[in-house]
Amino acid sequence: MLDFPKWKIWSTWAVIALCALLALPNALPQSVLDGLPDGLPKSQLPLGLDLRGGSHLMLEALPADVEKAKLEALEETVRGELRAAEGGAIGISDLSLSGNRLSFSVTELARADQAMQILNKVTAPLGLGASREVDVARGSIPGQIILTPTSAGIAAAVDSAMAQAVEVIRKRIDELGTREPTIVRQGATRIVVQVPGLQDPEALKALLGKTAKLEFKLADVTADPVEVAAGRAPPGSQILPVQQGGQMVVKRRAIISGDQLVDSQVSTDQNGAPAVSFRFDSTGGRRFAQATTENVGRPFAIVLDGVVISAPNINEPILGGSGIIMGNYTVASANELAILLRSGKLPVELKVVEERTVGPDLGADSIRAGVIASIVSVSAVALLMIVTYGRFGVYSVLALVINVIMILGIMSAAGFTLTLPGIAGMVLTIGAAVDANVLINERIREEQRKGRGVVNSIETGFIDASRTIWDANSLNIIVAIIMFIFGSGPIKGFAVVLSIGIATSVFTAVTLVRLMVSGWVASARPQSLSI
Amino acid sequence: MPLKLVPDNTNIGFVKLRFIAFALTLLLTIGAAGLLAVRGLNLGVDFVGGLTMQVEFAKAPAIDTLRERVDRIGVGDSALQEFGNDRTILIRLPLPEGDQNAVQRVVGKVRTALEKDYQGVKFARVESVSGKVSDELIKDGLLAVGFSMLFVAAFTWFRFEWYFGVSTVVALVHDVVVTLGFFALTQLEFDLNIVAAVLTIIGYSLNDKVVIDDRVRENLRKYRQMDIKQIIDLSVNETLPRTVMTSVTLLAALLALLFLGPEVIFGFTAAMVLGIIVGTYSSIFVSSSLLISLGVKPGVPPVEDKRAAGAERIG
Repeated sequence: MLDFPKWKIWSTWAVIALCALLALPNALPQSVLDGLPDGLPKSQLPLGLDLRGGSHLMLEALPADVEKAKLEALEETVRGELRAAEGGAIGISDLSLSGNRLSFSVTELARADQAMQILNKVTAPLGLGASREVDVARGSIPGQIILTPTSAGIAAAVDSAMAQAVEVIRKRIDELGTREPTIVRQGATRIVVQVPGLQDPEALKALLGKTAKLEFKLADVTADPVEVAAGRAPPGSQILPVQQGGQMVVKRRAIISGDQLVDSQVSTDQNGAPAVSFRFDSTGGRRFAQATTENVGRPFAIVLDGVVISAPNINEPILGGSGIIMGNYTVASANELAILLRSGKLPVELKVVEERTVGPDLGADSIRAGVIASIVSVSAVALLMIVTYGRFGVYSVLALVINVIMILGIMSAAGFTLTLPGIAGMVLTIGAAVDANVLINERIREEQRKGRGVVNSIETGFIDASRTIWDANSLNIIVAIIMFIFGSGPIKGFAVVLSIGIATSVFTAVTLVRLMVSGWVASARPQSLSI
Repeated sequence: MPLKLVPDNTNIGFVKLRFIAFALTLLLTIGAAGLLAVRGLNLGVDFVGGLTMQVEFAKAPAIDTLRERVDRIGVGDSALQEFGNDRTILIRLPLPEGDQNAVQRVVGKVRTALEKDYQGVKFARVESVSGKVSDELIKDGLLAVGFSMLFVAAFTWFRFEWYFGVSTVVALVHDVVVTLGFFALTQLEFDLNIVAAVLTIIGYSLNDKVVIDDRVRENLRKYRQMDIKQIIDLSVNETLPRTVMTSVTLLAALLALLFLGPEVIFGFTAAMVLGIIVGTYSSIFVSSSLLISLGVKPGVPPVEDKRAAGAERIG
């Protein structure tokens, strides 16, 4: 048991040296790290937001919104495809988007079959083995056709909307100039955004909370004011609130949308007040030119997220493909709108369901207090161990220090984040390591009392204690894994440190200490043990 | 001569004390459960949803005046609490109804109001959790604790015998309930960190019990003629130096964290300190003595432990 083959000694120290090398960047300032040659580990252990300060936001999309957007897109497809049908446009009526389906009636009953054929073809699954995303069926009324997105279709729509949302969010945050944001999807409908070191998350949240769906709609000047006052809009039109107050009746169908924007910047209007300029791509520019040419002299509405932000008159055709939005903007709010328009609209509305913001001062205080407490903790443990077990205590303390270095090294290399609960986990890991050594040392004491010789006592002590240590740590690993699976946020951070720590503490407290003890026994050949 | 916290050949009759210990344990568990039922836990925003702001003032504010000031903003009933020192106040508010920016508006309103009336006020931490997320966090927390217990029971059963599993889980339930009772008593905020603490307490308490169970099993095999009460006493006494040394060392480490560590983990460390004490108590007095009541007998050794048998041949 105390005989160590050469290769075992070497490999043990090699593992430790490797971990120490991985942990080393944490002790070096950034300037030194930048100067290191390639190939050497450079990654430092990232600190969690609770330690360095910053904002953690969890955003959630409602699948119902995505479903609605999917139906609206479907409506566009239906109208487009039927208009372009062979043998002339197929007329439709009674189109409604209710519940989770789209229904309409074909006006010429004879062409209902043709419409079915067309729709079946455009909604056919793409690729081999793909499942249908939309079911097409005949309704109970003659000529009625009903399109229902399947659950697979909705799931696919949610998935692509979320992937797109992540990209839009990334663009928006990049525009703010914040460093190293983390944007990850969580589950089917959530996105977690972490921005370290952010002093004021208000600007960030203002940017993330807006869908930024920009539409240009013609005003409906023919609407009856009495009906409008009663909240009833004429068919094909809708009543929208106006940002400056009041409401406005506009055509439901947008003449053009923000999807066709290529750029947007802060500029000034003729009076020098801040405004937002925008430019369309070539198709968008052509459509804008056509629409403005056809509607000279009539007002139109610029609608952002369902609110009219500006309603200018079309004085002359706008042919250049660009325009300007005037409102009561400050430089800051104009800039915000420009960023929103540049980065594109979110495919789905996102809600902040969880926010944790820690000021950088508090984070720094936490680190300081955490470090002081850890030093005192470790010193207290070291003192107790050395006073109690003498030489064996010194070995245990050495193993403890190496244990901490190994945890830091593995965490740095694996890219885990050190959080406050993580520090607590580290202290508790130290406890587990201490326990292993206490078990071993107490066993050796017992064997001594029974009158066994030095080598025999040590060997039996290690063997008997190892079994118990194995049992106890297997259980702890189980608890740590369960914490990792079911835990969220702080619990996860804690579980990561605990799992790594249990593995390294068994290695250091058992293997390494045994190695050191065997080295001492071999060289000093002690006749008696002081333990 | 090295220090010995427990003198050699200590022989305390723990088994004799078992009925007192059982009564005390029952009393503690019922008392803690009662406290939980009557006072309930001071659940943090993690579990009930809502808004927490940690606000630092230049000088200590009068709590009543501050409460009045916050209530006058009209953002719902506030709960105020000192946090670490009298200049730092934790303000809890219900989660506002409305769209995604409602929370921001509330934070903004409170910020503006306090910055006007209190010079040099700083918002060190803001946390908001929606009701839906908090429900999930409760579910996850309960699942984590529940599954831990279940797996622990299964593992102990598999590695040892069913009665070790039962005695361990009974003791663990006691540890967890008493810890929760402590939080009901002190009304310290119960948040996600505390769930991590409870899980860790389970882990450590388990450690203690496994060490003693291991020794009991070993002695059951070794002394086939000995009375079960004697075997339990012997095993607990033999492992006592280790139990005490480990607990004392851990407590030393945790007390340093409790008094010197950051305020944010105060609840966590407090739970741990209590958990270590309770866990050590239940290991020494409850779980091992419970084995007698469950009918463990020497001479009929539990399933032979293969590795231990191998080890004995080498030794």
